[in-house]
Amino acid sequence: MTTSLFASPATVLLAGALALIFTRGMMRKAVLLAVPLLALVLVWQVPTDSVTANYLGYALIPIRADALALLFGAVFALAAFLGALFALDRTSTLELSSAFVYAAGALGVVFAGDWITLFVWWEIMAIASTLIVVCGGEKAHGPAFRYALVHFLGGVLLMAGIAGEIAMSGSATITSLKPDSWPRWLILAGLLVNAGAPPFWAWVSDAYPASSWSGMVFLSVFTTKAAAYVLMRAFPGVEILVWIGLVMAIYGLVYAALENDIRRLLAFAIVSQMGIKVAGIGIGTPLALNGVAAHAAAAVIYTALLVMVAGSVLRQTGKTRLSELGSLAHTMPLTAFACMIGALSIAAFPLTSGFVSKSMIIDAAAKQHLAGAWIPLMAASAGVVLHAGLRLPWFLFFAAPRQRIMASDPPQSMRIAMALAAVLCVVIGIVPDGLYVMLPHQVAYVPYTASHVLVQLQLLAFAVLVFYLMREWLKPQPGITLDLDWIYRHLGARLARGFDDLTAGAWTRLVSGINGKATKLHELLVTHHGPAGTFGRTWPTGTMAFWTTFLLGAFLLIAAMG
Amino acid sequence: MSALTAQLPGLQVVIPLLGAVVAAFIRRGTIAWGWATLITAMTPIVAFALLIQVWTGGPISYHMGGWPPPIGIEYRVDLLNAFVLVLVSLVSAIMMPYARRSVAHEIDGDKQAWFYCMYLLCLTGLLGITITGDAFNAFVFMEISSLSSYVLIAMGRDRRALVAAYQYLIIGTIGATFYVVGVGLLYLVTGSLNFADIALRLGEASAVYPRPVLAGLAFLFVGISLKLALFPLHVWLPNAYAYAPSFATAFLAATATKVAIYLLLRVIFSIYGVALDLKTLPVSAVLYPLSIAAMFIASILAVYETNLKRMLAYSSVAQIGYITLGIALMNQAGLTGGIVHLFNHALIKGALFLALGAILYRAGTIKLEQLGGVGRTMPLTCAAFVVAGMSLMGVPGTAGFISKYYLIVGALNAGMWPIAFLIVASSLIALVYIGRAVEVAYFRPVSSAVAHAKDPPLLMLVPLLVLAFASVYFGIDTELSAGVAGRVAETLLSGLKVGGAN
Repeated sequence: MTTSLFASPATVLLAGALALIFTRGMMRKAVLLAVPLLALVLVWQVPTDSVTANYLGYALIPIRADALALLFGAVFALAAFLGALFALDRTSTLELSSAFVYAAGALGVVFAGDWITLFVWWEIMAIASTLIVVCGGEKAHGPAFRYALVHFLGGVLLMAGIAGEIAMSGSATITSLKPDSWPRWLILAGLLVNAGAPPFWAWVSDAYPASSWSGMVFLSVFTTKAAAYVLMRAFPGVEILVWIGLVMAIYGLVYAALENDIRRLLAFAIVSQMGIKVAGIGIGTPLALNGVAAHAAAAVIYTALLVMVAGSVLRQTGKTRLSELGSLAHTMPLTAFACMIGALSIAAFPLTSGFVSKSMIIDAAAKQHLAGAWIPLMAASAGVVLHAGLRLPWFLFFAAPRQRIMASDPPQSMRIAMALAAVLCVVIGIVPDGLYVMLPHQVAYVPYTASHVLVQLQLLAFAVLVFYLMREWLKPQPGITLDLDWIYRHLGARLARGFDDLTAGAWTRLVSGINGKATKLHELLVTHHGPAGTFGRTWPTGTMAFWTTFLLGAFLLIAAMG
Repeated sequence: MSALTAQLPGLQVVIPLLGAVVAAFIRRGTIAWGWATLITAMTPIVAFALLIQVWTGGPISYHMGGWPPPIGIEYRVDLLNAFVLVLVSLVSAIMMPYARRSVAHEIDGDKQAWFYCMYLLCLTGLLGITITGDAFNAFVFMEISSLSSYVLIAMGRDRRALVAAYQYLIIGTIGATFYVVGVGLLYLVTGSLNFADIALRLGEASAVYPRPVLAGLAFLFVGISLKLALFPLHVWLPNAYAYAPSFATAFLAATATKVAIYLLLRVIFSIYGVALDLKTLPVSAVLYPLSIAAMFIASILAVYETNLKRMLAYSSVAQIGYITLGIALMNQAGLTGGIVHLFNHALIKGALFLALGAILYRAGTIKLEQLGGVGRTMPLTCAAFVVAGMSLMGVPGTAGFISKYYLIVGALNAGMWPIAFLIVASSLIALVYIGRAVEVAYFRPVSSAVAHAKDPPLLMLVPLLVLAFASVYFGIDTELSAGVAGRVAETLLSGLKVGGAN
């Protein structure tokens, strides 16, 4: 029991996070690369039988593995490795350490067998990921604060739900639940906050683009996918998830198609992709759940790849706006190539990882005759081709820029990270059986049937056509003039400004009031509690003797009265 | 073997006592250290053997010199004091290897051997108070431990150590006097000095002499409260801890106040509680406000303190507040929380003070403003400090959390949810003062004082890491700490004349 607890993937990453604080130079690089690989190896050492521990009267299962946990554990460890490799020459100790703690939290969640353990790792993830956002620099402080607020809100919902669930069922073990009581609804809500579901989904596009070029790789992997994982465990087949997922898929799609900033665009794409997964969980058939698991695994890799591409562009050019970029294929050929692979994957082009995974979910919707879900899912698939599959690489690497940009491919470690991720995307696409054997359910699924490939190619061809016809319209504009966007940016902003003026006065008064009170309190505390204050200075022995006598008297007095 | 087993209670005290006598003849510091380490290492073995015996076979009564009680001195080991014996002896044994370098660094060569002699005497006194079943014998051991601890404190390099020791001497003597006055009053009304015997006769005596019985409790309570540094009788403690040699501070912080708390438990639950209805006595009424005042005022004092040793000393006063709060609650969960915090706090504070001693050894200062960046130059030491500090705050998964969890449950069971809230609120102050130290250690540029510091030698580092590990380990495996404490609380409450609430 103890060995599996102390040498679990999560604890190894925590130890690695500690080691990063104290190492520099080559040593640190060795730690950065070796620790996630070690964690990856240890994923298979996690015991499959329940390791139970007794904590305050509850039977805990701090670590246990099954097929689903193994798949997510392996993918998370792999993603941690890719992220670390990509961040190899990043110098921020805080960001790198936090990234390892963050990965540890995600792996802890994956292997947690009970709600209490899960919650502890969940909060570790929230804190560590906030720190990663903070490392994005001065401009990231506002988004980081909002990110923290949203996640602590999610944490509180989850904690309240867990406490209620344990009180009502008497067991802390994670099992498949139906949302039929208020604690379960709270748990579901807490999980959905992290999954990027409405109404709190804006945290994704707010916080992720604010992080550093390396930080967003980690962020894009863990929080949302871990939420998908727990949803799969706890709420498979809950119908409302289908509709929530579809709303997410379409929302992400629309905003991604309009977004000018590549990293924000990818953040919206993440929400959209999450929507497909959440919908798949809602469908809940073995095929759908297999699809979700496979899609999550594939999405971790190709999203990370695209985020790495965006990070490389940011690092090499200092720009992230599509309208300011273009023609980078000449100067950053490898990045452009990696972007193409990532784009093909997210667009589910045959022979890529996206194709062999996403089609399972859509197929599951079709098999359940859920036309209401099937059509939006197909639309979302086509849409993703448009915004991430074509728009992103086209305007980034091929379309002529407004002004010439000096750039080159990023340093070697980043190139290797992108190449590895790209190779993985293709390998999974060509040999999907390696992924399929790791799926939780035994389902015979053949991705490369004539109908699958044809449908997908039709979809792609149609999307390309649309893109070609609409390319002027989809051209990134510094001041985009689309209706929806205007509502989003301008009307919203105007309303916000009006509200702002209204509240600013009250707010200023409140803050200065609190400040004044706090200063007074501080002064009062120093007078009494400072080293030279009433309580802090050394009393003469006589004073102490007096208090002794006083206490004796008080005791006797109370006794006499009682 | 069985003959030896029967003598275990005697050996628990006799081994360190004879050890101290032999140590008085040793002149070389290193040899004295080796001897003291050997002697100390034997005490937890005896204590564990006693605990196992008591756990399985019930209380042991040992007649010193073969004289039966109540005439003779009885050593009476039950679950409560076996638990405290294990705590005191185990923590001392873990700390001893640390002493050699630290003591050699802080105390002049010709006085080191005396230091170990005094240390062994102090250990004898503490173990004696814990094991004896005789009120006057406890007073004698209290004097042994007090006198030797005055010497230990006065050996500090800082000249203020002498003043601190003097002040502690005066206050400690007042405390011991109050205690002995209380014992005298009890002897007058019951005619006995044996705890169990007094408890038997006190009910009757109280009917005849109600006032002296109450006065006796008042003297005992206040006398012991001085020893355990109950707010506002704590003022001797910060100076004594701050200026004593590092090892003496860690040793006394981990053991001395805990033994005093044990004695308070004994007086309240095994004497007065057995004979009278505790609800009619002003014990809880006095303990509640003072405990809560300690939790807040002492914690805030710690926030504004820049000498780290003094900061931790104030923190100790605050933590003692949690323990006495658990006593005041007088229900199963609350008392378990108090007793388990006795155990956990000994480990936590031991680790924290050892970490400070290591920093003093390498960097030569423990002033907060001079320690910028020490986390980078003394990584393991500071990591241990952070881990123990997290346990002090009560982060879930650490030992400190277990204590506070039981205390909060106890407060809720007693229907006092404001107290549960105050426990959480005061824990946040611990976050501030520990966080302040962490901020300086890790996020400030490396200062000149610590630039060339590095982790201390293994002999110092290992005890520190062991205690830091223990302060987390007992947050996960609570069998020895909360398990035993729960049984102890159950036994104490079931022995009461008028049973405590749940």
